[in-house]
Amino acid sequence: MSATSESLGLEPAIPLSQQGPAPARVVAGFGFWLFLLSDIILFAVLFASYAVLSSAIAGGPAGVELFDKRHVFLETLCLLTSSVTCGFGTLAVARTDARALYLWMLATFALGAAFLWMEVSEFAGMVSLGAGPSHSAFLSSFFALVGTHGLHVTLGLVWLVLMLLQVATLGFQPMVARRFFCFGLFWHALDIVWIGVFSIVYLGAH
Amino acid sequence: MFGRLSWAVIPFDQPIIMITVATVGVVLASVLGLVTVKGWWPYLWREWITSVDHKRIGVMYMILALVMLIRGFSDAIMMRTQQALAAGNAAGYLPPEHYDQVFSAHGTIMIFFMAMPFVIGLMNFAVPLQLGVRDVAFPVLNSVSFWLTAAGVLLINLSLFVGEFARTGWLAYPPLSELAYSPGVGVDYYLWSLQISGLGTLLSGINLTTTILKMRAPGMGYRRMPVFCWTALASNLLIVAAFPVLTATFAMLLLDRYCGFHFFTNDLGGSPMMYVSLIWIWGHPEVYILILPAFGVFSEVVATFSGRALFGYRSMVLATMAICVLSFMVWLHHFFTMGAGADVNAFFGIMTMIIAVPTGVKIFNWLFTLYGGRVRFTVPIYWTLGFMVTFVIGGMTGVLMAIPPADFVLHNSLFLIAHFHNVAIGGVVFGVMAGYTYWFPKAFGFKLNERIGKAVFWCWFFGFYLAFMPLYALGLMGATRRMQHYPDLHWQPLMLVALAGAGLILCGIILTGVQLAVSIRARGRNRDLTGDPWNGRTLEWSIPSPPPAWNFTHLPEVDRTDAYWAAKDGSGPALAHATDRPVAAVHVPRNTPTGVFVAFFAVVLGFALIWRIEWLAVIGLIGAAAVGLRQAWQKDREMIITADEVSEFERLNVRKPA
Repeated sequence: MSATSESLGLEPAIPLSQQGPAPARVVAGFGFWLFLLSDIILFAVLFASYAVLSSAIAGGPAGVELFDKRHVFLETLCLLTSSVTCGFGTLAVARTDARALYLWMLATFALGAAFLWMEVSEFAGMVSLGAGPSHSAFLSSFFALVGTHGLHVTLGLVWLVLMLLQVATLGFQPMVARRFFCFGLFWHALDIVWIGVFSIVYLGAH
Repeated sequence: MFGRLSWAVIPFDQPIIMITVATVGVVLASVLGLVTVKGWWPYLWREWITSVDHKRIGVMYMILALVMLIRGFSDAIMMRTQQALAAGNAAGYLPPEHYDQVFSAHGTIMIFFMAMPFVIGLMNFAVPLQLGVRDVAFPVLNSVSFWLTAAGVLLINLSLFVGEFARTGWLAYPPLSELAYSPGVGVDYYLWSLQISGLGTLLSGINLTTTILKMRAPGMGYRRMPVFCWTALASNLLIVAAFPVLTATFAMLLLDRYCGFHFFTNDLGGSPMMYVSLIWIWGHPEVYILILPAFGVFSEVVATFSGRALFGYRSMVLATMAICVLSFMVWLHHFFTMGAGADVNAFFGIMTMIIAVPTGVKIFNWLFTLYGGRVRFTVPIYWTLGFMVTFVIGGMTGVLMAIPPADFVLHNSLFLIAHFHNVAIGGVVFGVMAGYTYWFPKAFGFKLNERIGKAVFWCWFFGFYLAFMPLYALGLMGATRRMQHYPDLHWQPLMLVALAGAGLILCGIILTGVQLAVSIRARGRNRDLTGDPWNGRTLEWSIPSPPPAWNFTHLPEVDRTDAYWAAKDGSGPALAHATDRPVAAVHVPRNTPTGVFVAFFAVVLGFALIWRIEWLAVIGLIGAAAVGLRQAWQKDREMIITADEVSEFERLNVRKPA
C-alpha cells in the first residue's frame, strides 16, 4: 500500500474506501452479511403477515389458548445459550484449537437440536388438537413464521455438522475459517429473529 | 408414479401451440445439431457453460435476454393481432383461455426473463471493468445465479408444451391464483420458475453489491466511481431488499396451494389484499431495479459521446440514491382503487410525484452534458436521445396517474398499459440497447454495424409511438386491459394502428439479428484494435478488447473520476497498466460446472413440484445438495496464469503510450 500512497501523492492514511479490493475474509463476511439482511427481510414479511392475520382466527383457537409460555421459555433458553457456545466455538477457530471447537460446537448442536425438538413437539401438539396450519389464517401465519425459523435452525444444524466435517478433513484452512465465521453470523441472526418471535408471537399472544 | 403428468396434458388439439412448438423444436434441434456437427461442445463447455468469468456470464445473460425478447414479443404480437381482429361480432383467433395465458406469459417473460437478464448481464459485464478489478466478489456464485435464471427460463417455456401457463396476469393475484380458482399447473409453473430464477437474482444482487462496496481499484473512492456503477449499486441494493419480499410472498401462495394454508384465500380469514400489497412492495422497487442501470448506461453514453465529463456528477449520484430510497414508499399507487382511505391514497400519490423530482434532475444533467459538448451521433446516442423524449412523456402520464382521483378513471385501462410500456420500452429497452451497442466492441473486439443499428433504433422508436400512443387514446375512451374481445367497433381503427406499430418493432428485432450477422461477417474490417473505439472515459476502455481473463494486468490506481480520460489528455497520471512495470503472475478462479449442475437439479426439482412427482422432487433436492457439497470440498479453486503468459498477451495486445 505504501507504493499506492506515494504514487497518488496522498496523505499516508488512505481512506478505507480508496485502499483497493478488500481481503477475501472481509469480502466473504460482507457478502454473507448482505445475505443475512435479505433473510431478515424475508422474516419481516412473515412477521408483517402474522401481524395482519393474527386476529383472523376464523372461529378457531387463538394464540393465548394454544401457547404454553413455560415451554417456549425453555426453548428460548436453549437457543440463546447455543449462541453463547457458538461464540466460544468461533473463538476456538481463531485459536485453531480443534478440541475446544468440537466441544463447543457439539454443545451448540445439542442445544439447537433440543430447541428444535421442543418446537416440533409444540407443533405436533397443536396439530393433534386440531389446530393445524389449514385451520385459520392466524394458524397459517403462525406455522409459516415459526416454521420458517425452525427450518433455518434445521439448516443451521446441518451446516454445523458439515463444518465440523470440513475441519476434520480440510483442517483450519482460511476457506474453512471464513465459512465458520459466516456460520457464526447465521446462528446469531437466528437468535435475533427468535427474540422477535418470542416477543411478538408468544408474549404478544391474545 | 408421474403425479399429474400424462399424455393428456400436451395440447395436441391446439394447432397454434403445436406449430409454435414444432418451430421452436426445429430451431433448437438445428442449433444443437450444428454445434454437435461442428464439434463445438468441448469449446462451449470449457469456455462458456462452466465459465466463472464475469464478462462471459454477462454475455450469456444478454443472449438469454435476447432470445426471451423474441418469445415475449411473439406473445405481444399475438395479443395485438387478436385485439385488431376481435371487434364487434368477430371472435378473433385466440380463445379466452389461451389469450389469458398469452398476456400472463408476456408480462412475466418480459420483466423476469428479458429485462432482468439484460440489465443484470450489462452490470455483470461492465461493473468490474469500470471498477478496475479482476472479477466480481464471488465468481462461482455468479455462475450459479446465471444458471438458476436459465433454469427459470427453461421451466416457463416448458409450460408452452407440457401443460399450460397461468391465466392470472403477470402478478398472479389471489384469490384467482388460489387452487380453488386455478386448479391447473399454470400458476405452479409461474411460481416455481420465478422462485428458482428469483433466487438467482437475489444471489446476483448480493454478489454485485459486495463487488461494488468492497472491490474497487486502489484510489477509487465512492466519489470517483463511474455513474453506471452507482446506478448498479442502487439497483442491486434494491434487489437485496426487494427480492426476499417476492420470495416470501410466493412461498405463502405456494403454501396455500400445496399445503392448504389460508394466507390469501377468501375463506377462513385469508386476505387476498395482503398479497396485492406484498407483491407491490417488491414490484415497485423492481421497476427501479430495471430503470436505474439504464439511467447509468445513458449517463456513460452521454458523457462519452459529448466528449466531456457528465454534468452534475454529485447531483446524479444523489438523485440515484434518492430514487433508490423513495422506490420503497410508493407501492400503494398500484392499487389506489382497492380500498385504501383518502389519506393513505394522498400520501402515496404525493410520494409518487416526488420521485419525478430526482428523475427530472437526471434529465437536466443529461441535457446540460449534451449542451456543452460536441455530440457524436452514434447509435448509443440515438437510443439516448430517443429515450429522453420518450421517457419524459411516459413520466408525465405517470404523474397524471399518481393523482388518485385520476387513477380511479384510468386504473386497469389501456392508458395504464401505454404508460408503463412508455417507460419500460422508452427507458429500459432503449437503455439496454444503448448499453449493448456501447459495450459490444469491448466484449468481442469489433463494432456493430452503425447503419443497421440506426435502422433498428428508428424501427423501435416509431414502432413504439405507433403501437402505444393509440392505447393512450383507447384507454381514455374506456378500453380496459386484457380484453380478448370488445364490442365497440370505433376502437378497431386505433387497434389496427397499434398492430402496425408492433409490426414495425418486429422489423427492429429482425434487424437486430441482421445487424449481428452482418457485423460478425465484416468483423475483419470493424475490428477495434485500440480497446477504446469510442474515446471513452472510464477504465474498461483502457484495456484491450476483448479483455483478458484477468482484466487488468496491474490494478489501475485512480485519483479522480474519469481517471482514464485524464490519463489520455495528459491532465492526470498514466494508469498503472499502461506503464512498464514488471508483470507478475495472476490468479484467476478456475472454471466449474457447479452452476450448470445446480441449475439442472433445480429444473428437475421445479418440474417435479409442478407436477407433484414426489420421488423426482427428492432426486432434484438431493442432486442439488450433492453438487453443493462437491463445491464445498473443492480445494483447488484458482489457477495461475504465469507472468510469461501475461507478458505475451501484453506484447500482442497492448499499445504502450508513446
